[in-house]
Amino acid sequence: MDYLLLQMLNGVQLGLLMFLLAAGLTLTFGIMDLVNLAHGSLYMMGAYIAWTLIGWTDSFVLGAILALPATFLLGIAVEAVVMRRLYARDHLDQVLATFGLILFFNELVRVIWGPAGKSIAVPQFLSHTVDILPGVPYPAYRFAIIAVGAVVAVLLAWLVARTRVGMLIRAGASNRRMIGALGINIELLFSLVFGLGAVFAALAGLMAAPLTSVKIGMGDDILILAFVIIVIGGIGSIKGAFVAAMVVGQIDIVGRAFLPDFLKTFMSSAAASSAAPAISQVLVYVLMAGVLVWRPTGLFGQRN
Amino acid sequence: MAALLASLRTPRGLIVALILLVFAILPLLTQAFDQRYLLSIGTRIVIWSIAAVSLNMILGYGGLVSFGHAVFFGIGGYAVGILAANGLQSGWLQWPVAIAASVLWAALVGALSLRTRGVYFIMITLAFAQLVYYVSAGLEAYGADDGLNISRSRFDGLIDLRDKASFYWLCFVLLLGTLWFCSRFANSRFGFVIRGAKSNDLRMTALGFPVFRYRLAAFTLSGAFGGLAGILLANEGAYVSPAMMSWVKSGDLIVIVVLGGMGTLFGPLYGTIAFFVLEESLKPLLDLGHKGWGEYWQIVFGPMLVLIALYARGGIDSLLGRRHG
Repeated sequence: MDYLLLQMLNGVQLGLLMFLLAAGLTLTFGIMDLVNLAHGSLYMMGAYIAWTLIGWTDSFVLGAILALPATFLLGIAVEAVVMRRLYARDHLDQVLATFGLILFFNELVRVIWGPAGKSIAVPQFLSHTVDILPGVPYPAYRFAIIAVGAVVAVLLAWLVARTRVGMLIRAGASNRRMIGALGINIELLFSLVFGLGAVFAALAGLMAAPLTSVKIGMGDDILILAFVIIVIGGIGSIKGAFVAAMVVGQIDIVGRAFLPDFLKTFMSSAAASSAAPAISQVLVYVLMAGVLVWRPTGLFGQRN
Repeated sequence: MAALLASLRTPRGLIVALILLVFAILPLLTQAFDQRYLLSIGTRIVIWSIAAVSLNMILGYGGLVSFGHAVFFGIGGYAVGILAANGLQSGWLQWPVAIAASVLWAALVGALSLRTRGVYFIMITLAFAQLVYYVSAGLEAYGADDGLNISRSRFDGLIDLRDKASFYWLCFVLLLGTLWFCSRFANSRFGFVIRGAKSNDLRMTALGFPVFRYRLAAFTLSGAFGGLAGILLANEGAYVSPAMMSWVKSGDLIVIVVLGGMGTLFGPLYGTIAFFVLEESLKPLLDLGHKGWGEYWQIVFGPMLVLIALYARGGIDSLLGRRHG
């Protein structure tokens, strides 16, 4: 029972990280109609930039906080140099160009930081554990991720639902030509949204770094999962991204944690522990296929 | 025959003839100049060309951006690999099974994914490819992540695939067959429905064509030829692994088709050659600038893709002048 609770918390934590990544992706998708494969590169750049800044400032929090404006600027620059030219193009051009950007960023990281992975230590003040129930400890750092993720999710929901910028974002997602015709500076809005997406991606990357490691291509696999999430949730829908991220997080973690024991009832133990992660990944894709067959534009996507 | 000779008089026809001629005698050339390494690159170019031609059928002619085409490398390859690992070495058994598996998978994925449009289609094809990728990475009995060493398929008494030149020629003949099939496809009524649906599927539906069924048929055919490329790739390296069908390979295939010229018969061929030549030449070129830079060739290649996407949509084929017909 305790084990189940811990694993579900891990699932929430993974889900929130993926939500941060998916939120930026679904916004750029929904508003600019842009397939941005290079979003995972921003996740990776966030982690690497944070690694450097944490080294300079000697403080996790300070380095992390400085890394966010840095990736915001990076996002703005990428938008201005490449993305802006892609909005009017078809999806194939976007896939091709952003695929090129992935190759570029992966190689750039290799040039600047070298081929070996980096590690970011869990900050001192979060390296202890917290008892969630009497006698059931849980790492404080993972709690911090859940807290930050939840705060950002609430902030984002507030931004989109309650502010003028959010209103423009929602209007842009439903009809971008119309808001342009109404005199809104769409170019500025697009830059802003892209920069915001970059910040969220970087935040996810640098928070995940102490749990995994900072390495080249770290954003690529999780990016595909983020795509699956926004497709399940419905492109352009923050709410959909959140729901789907939570579900996918649970499937992934619970699958990894409990499938091996289940499989061992009819498989050898080595085969079970190798097959379980594969099966939990497969479950995620089966879920997506099921949702798309049922609703071809995702759970909360716009239907015409 | 007369039409064939007439097409030789255009620059495009001349270039195609030249390329095919060089490919036809490549093993003799590499032997004469003692460049065995080039034959192995040549073999891979021919195999990747088959895959690119098959992707071009749906991407170029059909406008369906499938981002999971490398999965057929994996399915064709693993069908051969799994049978070989179980002691079934005969190509007469392995190859039909591999093609059948590819066809079945393509039909299933097509039936589900062709219900969706645009970005959803791109993502669902990618996701299904990832699904197979993770399944193969979980196959403990067949090497999981590390892959599986196999011996080449046996066609006893007919051809020995272990002989590099014979294997190359077999691949080349199969490429010619694939190109022939694709030209028949593109100019058939079936092909015209697919091409019509690319520019306006609503109108094609209104004209009474069951667009979904036509597209499904094209998707399945494309999968069959993709599987063929997978069989050949597995035999070329005598090795199968999940990395064969990583999503980066699917991206590479899209790059190749766009680079060569979408919806043109020989575009995928130009694209594959250009892709491999770029890969092999950027390294030494960068090394000329500064020793050791060659390792980072993708830092140049990446932005090149961006520029191609932005400014060179017609691909290499459009550089050869306007097409007639």
